[in-house]
Amino acid sequence: MHVSLTVNGQRAVTDVEPRTLLVHLLREELGLTGTHVGCDTSYCGACTVIVNGNTVKSCTMLAVQAQGAEVTTIEGLAGNGDLHPVQEGFWERHGLQCGFCTPGMIMSAVGLLSDNESPTENEIRHGLEGNLCRCTGYHNIVRAVEYAAAKMRGDEPPPPEWEEDSA
Amino acid sequence: MYPRSFEYVSPGSLDEATSILASTDGAKVLAGGMSLLPIMKLRLFSPDVLVDIGRIPGLSSIQDQGDHVGVGALVRHADTASDPLIAEHAAALATAASWTGDVQVRNQGTTCGSIAHADIAADQPAAALALGATMVAASANGTREIAASDFFVDTLTTALEPGEILTEIRLPKQGGGSAYEKLGRRGGHTDYAVAGASAWVDLADGAVCCGRVALTGVGPMPTLAEGVMESLIGTDGSDAAVAAASDRALEGVTVLEDLFGTVEYKSHLAKVMTRRALQQAIAAAM
Amino acid sequence: MGGGFGVSTTSVLGGVVKRREDPALIRGTGLYVDDLQLPGMLHAAFVRSPYAHASIESIDASEALAMEGVRAVYTAADVEHLGDLVTQVAVGKLRPLLAGNQVNHVGEAVAMVVADSRYGARDGADAVDVDYEPLDPVIDLKEAASDAALVHEDMASNVLLAWEGGPWGDEEGIAGTKETIAAAKEREDTVTVSMEMVNQRLLPMPMEPRAVVADWNQGYGRFTVHSSTQIPHALAGGIAGTFGLSLTDVRCIAPEVGGGFGCKLNVYNDEILVCFASQQLGSPVKFTETRRDAAGSTIHGRGWVATATVTGTRDGKVLGYELDGIADMGAYSQNFTVAIPFLGLFVGAGQYSFPTYWRMACVHTHTMTTDAYRGAGRPEAAYYLERAIDAFAREIGVDPSEVRRKNYIPASEFPGAATHIGFPMDTGDYENNLDALLETVGYENLKAERDQMRADGRLVGLGLATYVEVCGFGPSALVDLGFSWAAYKIPSGFNGSGLVRIQADGTASVIIGTGPSGQGHQTTWAQIVSQQLGIPVENIRVTHGDTAESPLGIGTFGSRSAAVDGSATYEAANKVAAKAAKLAAHLLEASSEDIVFADGGAHVAGSPDQTVSWSDIATLAYQPHRLPEGMEGGLEAHAVFSPGNATWPFGSHLALVEVDGDTGDVKLLRYVAMDDCGNVINPMIVDGQIHGGLAQGIGQAMFEDGDYESDGNLLKWSFVEYPLPTSADLPSFELHRTVTPTDINPLGVKGIGEAGTIGSAQTVVNAVVDALAPLGVTHVDMPLRPKRVWEAIQAAQTNGSVS
Repeated sequence: MHVSLTVNGQRAVTDVEPRTLLVHLLREELGLTGTHVGCDTSYCGACTVIVNGNTVKSCTMLAVQAQGAEVTTIEGLAGNGDLHPVQEGFWERHGLQCGFCTPGMIMSAVGLLSDNESPTENEIRHGLEGNLCRCTGYHNIVRAVEYAAAKMRGDEPPPPEWEEDSA
Repeated sequence: MYPRSFEYVSPGSLDEATSILASTDGAKVLAGGMSLLPIMKLRLFSPDVLVDIGRIPGLSSIQDQGDHVGVGALVRHADTASDPLIAEHAAALATAASWTGDVQVRNQGTTCGSIAHADIAADQPAAALALGATMVAASANGTREIAASDFFVDTLTTALEPGEILTEIRLPKQGGGSAYEKLGRRGGHTDYAVAGASAWVDLADGAVCCGRVALTGVGPMPTLAEGVMESLIGTDGSDAAVAAASDRALEGVTVLEDLFGTVEYKSHLAKVMTRRALQQAIAAAM
Repeated sequence: MGGGFGVSTTSVLGGVVKRREDPALIRGTGLYVDDLQLPGMLHAAFVRSPYAHASIESIDASEALAMEGVRAVYTAADVEHLGDLVTQVAVGKLRPLLAGNQVNHVGEAVAMVVADSRYGARDGADAVDVDYEPLDPVIDLKEAASDAALVHEDMASNVLLAWEGGPWGDEEGIAGTKETIAAAKEREDTVTVSMEMVNQRLLPMPMEPRAVVADWNQGYGRFTVHSSTQIPHALAGGIAGTFGLSLTDVRCIAPEVGGGFGCKLNVYNDEILVCFASQQLGSPVKFTETRRDAAGSTIHGRGWVATATVTGTRDGKVLGYELDGIADMGAYSQNFTVAIPFLGLFVGAGQYSFPTYWRMACVHTHTMTTDAYRGAGRPEAAYYLERAIDAFAREIGVDPSEVRRKNYIPASEFPGAATHIGFPMDTGDYENNLDALLETVGYENLKAERDQMRADGRLVGLGLATYVEVCGFGPSALVDLGFSWAAYKIPSGFNGSGLVRIQADGTASVIIGTGPSGQGHQTTWAQIVSQQLGIPVENIRVTHGDTAESPLGIGTFGSRSAAVDGSATYEAANKVAAKAAKLAAHLLEASSEDIVFADGGAHVAGSPDQTVSWSDIATLAYQPHRLPEGMEGGLEAHAVFSPGNATWPFGSHLALVEVDGDTGDVKLLRYVAMDDCGNVINPMIVDGQIHGGLAQGIGQAMFEDGDYESDGNLLKWSFVEYPLPTSADLPSFELHRTVTPTDINPLGVKGIGEAGTIGSAQTVVNAVVDALAPLGVTHVDMPLRPKRVWEAIQAAQTNGSVS
């Protein structure tokens, strides 16, 4: 079937089988391999992208359902330019290890901060519940989102834990 | 995993959708897809035709319709969870929606879809039952209303006939207070319910005058716990009265074991969740 | 508290450097195996057994082969000539590449379908009709150990290996230990506490499912294989051996690897089979696991049932510890399967000096193979020991910290201390570490707070556990004990390697033989080389995982990479420095002994004003005609580090939990860890490793359960049934450390990849048992799902006391 959508600001037109999942359209038709697949059951969130302003799991959406949609993937967050504050937060606060869950986690964090500019730790933890990470124990992911939230508000981010540690 | 092949149609109107459903064998309605697509990916279910109602106008709103609030077929869990009309008239449903899945699931999945799918451990069917919702079903033959208490028939089975689409849930503006409580599979309010209970209660002259309690997660389908209200009506709604009433939560309810709970444990939890939901509903009604 | 970097005796490494890996990963431009698209690439899917045990009567692939896009269907007959799956510790039944006459676990591969697309391959696999005749499965460990029914009819017993563990290689020592413990039990002044406990089977579940792309080039006679593996060199050797090729005929590349935790420390049948298919079909072939594949057909971990027994006096002195257990190997032995319990034995007595005796039966069952999952034998050992010590302390009414302190190997015995089996240990100061934890948390105040909360009617518990682990493998002598890599054409055993090459512009390429999956090697190794050469970290690029370019290494596992391959790279950097000093001396007309490296160049000590840059030095190195007489051109060095021992990190952990008595729901309120991994190269990365390790130990304690049903079905096919901890389920962790450098390697580092996991499960269970002790609960088997906890409360109340 014919699908036309906008991905990272660029129009994409492609033919897919109706059963093609959005994530496979992104990864295999458009070559946007930053969006990952980590499970079969819509649990892990590695495939999270933003569709028409909301975070969704692109492994649980048919490509044909995205007809006419505006889709943003991890590749579209900063393009080749400066990092988005959430990306910066993940780098600054060691919010990733193997990096596989990271694009989906970052997209979820972007969605979270667009709804709530000053989330508490509890709100961050519940806001990212749909994104599994097996490496970080989420500790530094929370710190990364706290960093990004402060930056996006124009505040000074909380200091890193290791500087306090080594004092 | 990847779904089997199917045909996909995206009707532009409800009439078009119902006529396709009426004329097509093996067709299934797709709305948010959060319940349907995972089982299709696992190939546990493989419809021949998917009728995507996602582009039909007029199904996406929560509206004040006088004596009730209408929740359209394409209203997302996230909208149900945050809507002020729902919060005012159907707090239990707002809570249940806010505990459904995770953020992304709530952004994509629909309240009507969750109710039409009728998973045995889903949150919102219990709230719809306790709130005395009315389901509106449309087909090529027109529309009909189904009371929530008649809607859930068996495991993953509702009163919807082949060819019918659940287009709206109507939540009565009935005063009182409502609440939803559950123990989730990972503990707390996470994930599907090991056991959950929703309660709506109204008070008059310091006594419980009416109400409903519904359970989820414990049996083959969401079920009204009628013995509880029999016991509670007429009491002052004190903790002692609630505890006594909650002990009757399982009257007429079949309890089934699953990976997350034995019959004994689920039976116990049903009473605990009933008690907690009732206490909150009564507090809200006061 | 904590910190401590900079107190190193051997190195001043220890600063935070942001990860060099991250920019690609946070932009989504990192390349994982499944991202790879090669021209003409085909896709594989597997037909897998729905039965735990069945004979295969027939396989009909005709419908599948008739489907558009299906290129081939392979069954056992097609690949029998390749033999069983290459396996390192080849004890017990080895895995056939595809099941022949019989299937022996749910999920076992029966046929492989290759098609034009991944969807089409799945369609093809669904269309293969296999006729099974179901047979009774053997699932329960005790039943398996009894040999009432055999898993494999051609084996005399399900027990493929049974052993006793005690003083090293000395039968009399083991016998003597048994006698000593028996005598202690006879004494009137001793108390014996014994508990049977299950250390349940776990599914590793890295977020990236395994994936492999094999590409046979008939012209070159060479495989290029991209795989999500922790052991690229072993995979290359395994493929070479299977297909009768040389190591130069197989190039394995592990690009970004999305987590491993031990489950990618195996050569898998799918990795061999896609090679076969690529050779047959003349096209690249990709196989990417679905999560369902991963759950049933990638190795599992743990799976022990054992009885732990502590005997000691009422003042807390332990006189003997015994562990009598059965460990589940699954249906087939793979890479390290049979060796995992043996790894546990190394730390079977923990940090303690008391007589310890282990007896272990390793059994086959009709389940997926078990192998190394984060900690691999050591979490099990620490769990049994520390649960038993805790129960003993509770029984005699002595604070659990006191019982531990009273039985530690004292710091004064280091160097020269040895484990209960006589294996030498490097360094340790256990009491200092425990004291640091207790002081940090204000232990006495915390106990008072717990008591106050209890008085308010809350079920609150404090759990303490301490551990010593063994990691950083070496020593090389392990090869002689059967921990050999010869099956994968790696005869060198537990060494490490590093290659440092100064490029012509003065930047440095560091090429290492590790197989990281998120551990930050590109950063840590750059720090090591920067430290030795004065080249800024940003001018150093570290690569790994490509067997065509990297020196031989055995991969990343067992918390060994920094200690072993890091040390090798340190030594390679020193070799480069020695030669570069001569070059710099030539340029500066000075003596090479006086050259120091700093700030991106070299100068004569005391004359920092006159420097030559690394670019100047490199230019000279690559212009051999300008070199001083007797020097060769080029500037690079390779080093192999052969560790004389493993390393022995340790730590003390504490958890505070609250239980909802109505539901059994456990909430983890606080988790505090005091770990000691020796010197710390990058504290940010070390802390991250601990965080992740804790989440997996806590995951075992509270959420994860990979046990099979009694009929051999595995109902844990997805994250729906096998819940991993989410961000909403965990608190922020409180990390601290003491620093006791090792003397085994020049960096003084021990390893930190597994410590968090090894220390944490028992800490949480001890806390929950502490919370429930007032109700009479003495033990709850993991995972502490609400159902289990509630049932334990009910049982204790029904029994009136201990369960």
